Amino acid sequence: MSLLEVNGIYGGYGGADILHGVELRVEPGEIVVIIGPNGAGKSTVMKAIFGLVPVREGRILFSGEEITNLRSSIIVRRGMSYVPQEYNVFPSLTVKENLEMGAFIRTDDFSEQLAHVFEIFPPLKDKRRQAAGLLSGGERQMVAIGRALMLTPRLLMLDEPTAGLSPQVVDLIFERIRTINDLGISFLMVEQNAKRALSFAHRGYLMTMGRSRFEDTGPNLLANPDVMEMFLGG
Amino acid sequence: MIEILQVLIFGIVLGSIITLGAVGLSLLFGILRFANFAHGDMMTVGAYLALVFVAGLGWPIYAAFPMALAGGAVVAIAIDRVLYKRLRRTAPVILLISSFGVGLMLRSLVQFIWGPQSLVYEPGIQFPLEIFGLRIKPDHLVILAGVIILVILLHLFLQYTKMGKAMRAMSDNMDLAEITGIETERVIMWTWALGGALAAGAGIFLAMDTRLQPFMGWNMLLPVFAAAIMGGIGKPYGAIAGGMTVGIAEEMSTLFFSPAYKSAVAFALMVIILIVRPTGLFGGRSR
Repeated sequence: MSLLEVNGIYGGYGGADILHGVELRVEPGEIVVIIGPNGAGKSTVMKAIFGLVPVREGRILFSGEEITNLRSSIIVRRGMSYVPQEYNVFPSLTVKENLEMGAFIRTDDFSEQLAHVFEIFPPLKDKRRQAAGLLSGGERQMVAIGRALMLTPRLLMLDEPTAGLSPQVVDLIFERIRTINDLGISFLMVEQNAKRALSFAHRGYLMTMGRSRFEDTGPNLLANPDVMEMFLGG
Repeated sequence: MIEILQVLIFGIVLGSIITLGAVGLSLLFGILRFANFAHGDMMTVGAYLALVFVAGLGWPIYAAFPMALAGGAVVAIAIDRVLYKRLRRTAPVILLISSFGVGLMLRSLVQFIWGPQSLVYEPGIQFPLEIFGLRIKPDHLVILAGVIILVILLHLFLQYTKMGKAMRAMSDNMDLAEITGIETERVIMWTWALGGALAAGAGIFLAMDTRLQPFMGWNMLLPVFAAAIMGGIGKPYGAIAGGMTVGIAEEMSTLFFSPAYKSAVAFALMVIILIVRPTGLFGGRSR
């Protein structure tokens, strides 16, 4: 059974649809990326999966259970976390407080998970008492991903986690995503840097105009001339 | 000189009462994103709730105080459940007007139950203490100590409890709080409880300083708002500085103008500060 299954969803923010029958799935343990030109609806798909954009038609299944149009506060309890592209930390809270907020619904002792997140992102441990709003872009991304990890989700959705970061930091973030993936957590990511993302992921989707056009392994998509043409020609 | 110091003391007492109201107002604004025009009347309700225990049951005021705070919290939560909860996703202006209506209802209710006349907790005159030629009423010391304790308790709550941190998180970014899994409705309930309790505390102190009167809180609304805005609305810590500034400025102004212009002074000061620092003394949100 797929971890996540998106079956022909249509929807948008009210008014005209942005998504026109998107199909995609994530298998347990996979890293899946969505690439595509601007305005293809990549971010919107994620928001629709996470209950932030109404779905008019189609179904979304998570571990075989329907989550279509559920509230995000309920979806997060089912074991899926989402890190938006922007405004993804609480700026006035310290790093540690941000991570604690990620564990808000946990009633057990989460200090082990906290230590674990600090292990994955060592810079956060040194800066745990600093306000998240004062961190660099890369560190903020670490806080955002770390916060999403506090509930030990089965699927982590990242919307352009490397946007606006320097090449070294991009390397680091990708490397960490790999580390987290090795722990058995699946990823669904939107990436602007298509080549980089496809060479990194297990599988990828090319989206244009609200539809998923191509689905294949990363290298195959990269080698497909139609994909590159569509991506660039958009 | 002694006269200025004397007025300063009055200003500090008034400022601490305004602070208590403004802190709650700012906290509510930060999380619910609307200006609660019923805040002054929530102060009034708190003051009269304490009267129930003092005059009705013969309790001393210090025993009635926590009961009235709890009562203020319950009233605030009840109003939220009945009214504001249904309006959660509407435009802020609708919430603002609704709160105006709530204020009117609370005020009328108080007047209906207790009548329009002035009342006091304990009849009789309090003789002021003479300290270095300054006259200080024992009640003033109680008020000041009470406000300091409540503000410290609030600070500890906001900094060190899970719910307090969640309040700050929601004030930072409501949408992110929701997708993080923070139970926003529960946090909102706690925010109303705190806002209601703080308002009740402010009302009781105001009644100790002056008298109980159905319009007492409504009349304080302007300085309380001025203080909250001055401190950067949505920033409870800024409201402390705002409250003290407004209180001291209001009392100091009586050295030069008729006391009738107190509120005008508070507002003039607010306008000046907003011109110099548009987001308030501590750079609150500009939205």
